[in-house]
Amino acid sequence: MKKTQLYLLALIVSAIGLSWAWYKWQVLQFPLSPREEVEVWSIEARLEFQGNGGPNKVRLQLPSRGPGAIPGFTVIDERLISRGYSEQVTKGKEGRQVEWVVRRASGRQVLYYRANVVRDTAAAVETGEPKLRTPPDLTEVQAAAIDTIFEDVKARSADIVTFTREFVREFIAEQPRDEARVLLDGLYSAEDRAQFIARALAIRNIPARVLHGMSLGEPKAFQQLQPFLQVHNGSQWVVMNIATAEEGLPENFFLWTRSPRDLLVVESDKRPKIEFAVQRNLADAVAIATRRTEVRSENLVKYSLLGLPVEMQGVYRILLTVPIGAFVMLILRNVIGFKTFGTFMPVLIALAFRETKIVSGVILFTLVVSLGLLARFYLERLRLLLVPRLTSVLILVILLMSLVSVMAHQLDIPVGLSIALFPMVIMTMTIERMSIAWDERGPGTAIKEGVGTLVVASLAYLVMTWAPLEHLVFVFPELLLVLLGATLLLGRYSGYRLLELFRFRALARERDEAIRKGTAHPDGGAGAP
Amino acid sequence: MMNPFTIVKRLREIGLAGINQRNADYVLRYNPRKFYPRVDDKVLTKKLALEHGLPVPDLYAVVREEHEIEELHAKLKDRESFVAKPAHGSGGDGILVITGRRGAKYRRANGQLMDQEDFEHHLSNTLSGLFSLGGQPDAVLIEYCVMFDPIFDHVSYKGVPDVRVIVFRGYPVMAMIRLPTRMSDGKANLHQGAIGVGIDIPTGLTRRGVWGNEPVKEHPDTEHSIIGLTIPRWEELLMIAARASEMSGLGYVGVDLVLDKNLGPLILELNARPGLAIQIANGNGLVHRLKKIEAIETPDPDPAARVAFSRREFPTL
Repeated sequence: MKKTQLYLLALIVSAIGLSWAWYKWQVLQFPLSPREEVEVWSIEARLEFQGNGGPNKVRLQLPSRGPGAIPGFTVIDERLISRGYSEQVTKGKEGRQVEWVVRRASGRQVLYYRANVVRDTAAAVETGEPKLRTPPDLTEVQAAAIDTIFEDVKARSADIVTFTREFVREFIAEQPRDEARVLLDGLYSAEDRAQFIARALAIRNIPARVLHGMSLGEPKAFQQLQPFLQVHNGSQWVVMNIATAEEGLPENFFLWTRSPRDLLVVESDKRPKIEFAVQRNLADAVAIATRRTEVRSENLVKYSLLGLPVEMQGVYRILLTVPIGAFVMLILRNVIGFKTFGTFMPVLIALAFRETKIVSGVILFTLVVSLGLLARFYLERLRLLLVPRLTSVLILVILLMSLVSVMAHQLDIPVGLSIALFPMVIMTMTIERMSIAWDERGPGTAIKEGVGTLVVASLAYLVMTWAPLEHLVFVFPELLLVLLGATLLLGRYSGYRLLELFRFRALARERDEAIRKGTAHPDGGAGAP
Repeated sequence: MMNPFTIVKRLREIGLAGINQRNADYVLRYNPRKFYPRVDDKVLTKKLALEHGLPVPDLYAVVREEHEIEELHAKLKDRESFVAKPAHGSGGDGILVITGRRGAKYRRANGQLMDQEDFEHHLSNTLSGLFSLGGQPDAVLIEYCVMFDPIFDHVSYKGVPDVRVIVFRGYPVMAMIRLPTRMSDGKANLHQGAIGVGIDIPTGLTRRGVWGNEPVKEHPDTEHSIIGLTIPRWEELLMIAARASEMSGLGYVGVDLVLDKNLGPLILELNARPGLAIQIANGNGLVHRLKKIEAIETPDPDPAARVAFSRREFPTL
């Protein structure tokens, strides 16, 4: 009964850990392996205009920020570069904009806006109430033409979306018909066409707006924003490509703004220039995932290890591997059957090996412990009480360690320098325990347990410092719950330990022989020797 | 070399309990933590045994404080021999057996002389917790030194042979006698080199022995056979073990007994986690026997009936 409960608990705990980690991996896109890199686009908008010597005001529409603001992407950070201008970023119903103001500006002026953008899987939220644009001013001929087109299009369409598509097609046809040509007269740029179509749809009471954005697929030095048409079909906004009449945004399309206002307005200059440059870089996946999560919800990062100061993160990077070391030790002790000094001493020694690296760590450990052991045997003769004796051993251990460091330095062996972080209290305790075992159980047992401790410590070290694992528990600490589940299961492991098989093999052999001779008792027993 | 799976199969047939199985299925399940002090604190064990009318070696003194050590020499001046042991010791660690004196010096069981200062140092170490589990401060018991029955003279090297009986739910399940060797320095501890000799529960005859991990038939120091010895007062030993387990409150317990040539069987100590080496000494596993007892719904309240059951059911196979 109780075992079922245990299995259930282990299962639940592991499931929680796994699903949490899965969420972070799949949704928040934390990388599973260290040194994984993701694409980061840095988009730079360069504004150039002439100042007229007096006060100047510049207004630029900016990409939205926040969860789901831009389909497929997230702005993880941005910078405004404007010498001499004061800047103010405001967020309105229709989007964000920045306003630069300067008291006096003359000659050529250059301002920059830079944003770093990464992919994001968050579902995009299309904001904005459907609103009708003001219909365009049309001449009589144009009004008649547009009516003809509308009637034709209506006959070919079923709903608002198909109506819009057919309407757009009229303008992008290779050989537009005469009515369309009348309308297109004077609409030279895609921008103008898009604006005209959006306004023309208002005649038929279809709310429409123009989006601006760019493709991030291939990095380009100079880019311009492309307009996209968006119509509201009564329940949601639908995007339409003004150049192809296809529904939806193309792949890798970065939506710059949804605002109906002009992208760039400069008071002093009626024809300001704006250019976009896109660069693609690779950046550390963890850092990007962290920023992305932060943009999504600040608290997700704030209340996680990634919200700690960097040096504290370094501490946890190490601390979180301790459970792994403990688990290795659990297996080595309860399943393999190693004997060690103390329960967690090998794990602590393994931690110390991080500083010294394994080979020199083992050498130093053996050296200091054996020298300490010699000193301890001498102290035994002086008949010191336990606590003063431990203190003397501790002092000697530290002196030995400093001696080893100095010697190593003089001999140009760099390893000794990191010994300072070796836990001397642990060494002192090891020496004491070992000397008792030596006295009471004989040198054989003492050395066997000492070697066992070192073997377990070394194995634990190797597992604990394995980079992919270290990365995994630091970025996904919830995986420790899976480890907890496994530990709970092992908590009821009542089978033989591997080394017990070795210890008891003589009995098994006897039984085996007895079975062969037919003298084995069916109820068990090894048979007479 | 046998393949590990065959070893596991054979060991399962024998019914051999490994450490994990002993701990998970018996120690954890049948030994309530709150009764551990009854066996871990030897002063308490002795007190309880006396209350239950069970024989134990006489207690001469208990030393709890450092300053009491010096007064001890005066207290013990009339005692020719005695044993000093830590109240919370385990596995026989820290037990000092004094068998005589020479002037102001004490003579240890192995023949070495020990001056007063050495003696005090040993006691002081014990008080600081050198031999106790977890190193907590300890007390020292000074008690009667057992004059062991001469029947074991030719199969032990100095020291005192003792009998261990594992008792489960009040039923004795397995027994062995531990014979000190030169290697074990007169101590009756198997991992220190003493010989473990399995005893057939129905007859009280020794069947087979183990030294280290290998079977032996003769004592390595005296070269006398260790097979076929009759343990004297066997029924009485089993009875005391069965009653001692009742007193401990532990379902799964090892009872260590000695045979004094004048006083008969005495309880030395109890152990809450016994049972691995004894299986090798007997060449038999505990599991089959423990299962038989687990099948009994309520253990017989009469120790004699339980001993009779064990003597009927648990022959060495």
